[in-house]
Amino acid sequence: MGLAESILLTIATAATPLLIAALGELVVERSGVLNLGVEGMMVIGAVCGFAGAALSGSPWIGVLCGVLAGALFSLLFGVLTITVATNQVATGLSLTLLGLGLSGLIGESFVGSPGLRLPNLYVPGLTDIPLVGRLLFGQDPIFYISILLLIGVSWFLFRTRTGLTLRAIGDSHASAHALGIEVVAYRYAAVLFGGACAGLAGAHLSLVYTPQWVENMTAGRGWIALALVVFASWRPMRILFGAYLFGAVSIGQLHAQALGVGIPSQFLSALPYLATVVVLVIISRNRRLTMMNTPASLGQPFVPER
Amino acid sequence: MKKILIGLAAAMAVSASVPAMAQDKTKACFIYVGSKTDGGWSQAHDIARQKVQADLGDKVETSFVESVPEGPDAQRTLERLARSGCKIIFATSFGFMDQTVAVAQKFPDVKFEHATGYKSAPNLATYNSRFYEGRYIQGVIAAKMSKKGEAGYIASFPIPEVVMGINSFLLGAQSVNPDFKLKVVWANTWFDAAKEADAAKVLIDQGVDIITQHTDSTGPMQVAAERGILAFGQASDMIKAGPKTQLTAIVDTWAPYYEKRIGAVADGSWKSESIWDGLKDGILTMAPYTNMPDDVKKLAEETEAKIKSGELKPFTGPIKKQDGSEWLKAGESSDDATLLGMNFYVAGVDDKLPQ
Repeated sequence: MGLAESILLTIATAATPLLIAALGELVVERSGVLNLGVEGMMVIGAVCGFAGAALSGSPWIGVLCGVLAGALFSLLFGVLTITVATNQVATGLSLTLLGLGLSGLIGESFVGSPGLRLPNLYVPGLTDIPLVGRLLFGQDPIFYISILLLIGVSWFLFRTRTGLTLRAIGDSHASAHALGIEVVAYRYAAVLFGGACAGLAGAHLSLVYTPQWVENMTAGRGWIALALVVFASWRPMRILFGAYLFGAVSIGQLHAQALGVGIPSQFLSALPYLATVVVLVIISRNRRLTMMNTPASLGQPFVPER
Repeated sequence: MKKILIGLAAAMAVSASVPAMAQDKTKACFIYVGSKTDGGWSQAHDIARQKVQADLGDKVETSFVESVPEGPDAQRTLERLARSGCKIIFATSFGFMDQTVAVAQKFPDVKFEHATGYKSAPNLATYNSRFYEGRYIQGVIAAKMSKKGEAGYIASFPIPEVVMGINSFLLGAQSVNPDFKLKVVWANTWFDAAKEADAAKVLIDQGVDIITQHTDSTGPMQVAAERGILAFGQASDMIKAGPKTQLTAIVDTWAPYYEKRIGAVADGSWKSESIWDGLKDGILTMAPYTNMPDDVKKLAEETEAKIKSGELKPFTGPIKKQDGSEWLKAGESSDDATLLGMNFYVAGVDDKLPQ
């Protein structure tokens, strides 16, 4: 395996959980709901993914547990913000705090136990092609799921009637409601999808990235995913770009350090955040287009008149 | 909803358990910066607390508060513990320093102990461990085991404690192979398994065949195991994460110290001191030497014995600084103050020290 190939694989692993969690949040926000609980759902997905795999002996069952746990956890957010119409920002923040605490509780007995790793794809012949084989045909299964999710989400949002309806709800839930659209049902579906994605991203951390459970192992990745959605101005392809740019700069700065370039490491560590924000702001500088893509009723509680 | 609230209450109950006190027992309290199952630093303190409880049995009552953020929260927690009848309180993170000093002033009858700090008072002692002694042994092993003559070092923050560890590791390695090289990567975190794992991947991609870490998660060990290279554990024995990977680990063993100090409070002989103990005092121990041939194991054990007996001091000249200037003359050993404020590399580190 060559150096370049190895670096690219490391970048893909770093970017995948961000991409998945951000795509989930994108759908949630496009429906007009702001869920700041991504970090909490992700860490719940990570611990349940690890626990499922450890208890069943199958990493795939672990992935399933992570996805279901993330979705179930987001249901709590859904009930509070959609049915009871609580403040979305406050509820999302508490979801993160609850998730971090709860995951520590669930994971207590799993600390230090050896993890199961989801095996990489292996296609005889194709995976062994020099240079591109490992990149295209030899990565972990969740990487391929992330690409399928990207295509699926883009297609759904911009090429289907249901996707159009979802975006319409995000722009004005009152008008959508007046048109007879089931705002509540759509939003529940979006929130659950977001939770499932965050759970999958978490499971990637505990079953692929570092196959183990350590408390608070998401270490802020949920927040980065949230920021990506905003800075990518709610466009799926820009999220892909942002996630890989972040991954590339994160890994690149480590390489620069190991090579011994004379740049202060504190600056290099901040570089992924700086670079990603600056680049995404530059590509989103068309204000009219950004306004068009911003869900107008984002974060506002929907209380239909009866 | 009810279930959720119960879950929430349960989560809170776990994070702060202060059982009722009994009069005839010495109450010893601990606050941790991380969770008691963090797999590293805080866990080592909690293991020590459990051992104290088991060894001293009826004579002591221990309680702890975990995941206390450094800052105002730490001060509130310390005050609450002091009011709840704790006779001695161990504040187990460097970042609790100023809060511990403030609370110690308010409660002159309570004894305070602050780990790794440098501020003391009549009722505030400090204690620390010479982790660098363990790192010197690691360096010796690394130089013997590395085929490339180069190790990778995953560092957290450029504070004297960490810089001291890097220098000590390299000096140990140079005692075996004077040309030994060290690549340093700063993760700028104490605890982020994935980021530490990335740093390990990068170092391995750049050709090192042994890695060591001064960050707290088992992420790097995991990557080393996956890539089939060797590594050293940190703070706790990490052998479970790399049964075929871990050469040894520096294991923090605070229990003997805690037992001594709690005993001193019980019989009234407690005095404020500044303790900086090492291998010989048992405040740190080396995890079993594994995954190495017998001659390397023997050399490691000999090195450990020499450090314990005082025959070998890791920071003894001739040592040059990275810029080529002389630091210690032949036979001269560094004083503790220089070590505790260390802000320079010794010759041979392939990195520029962040200032």
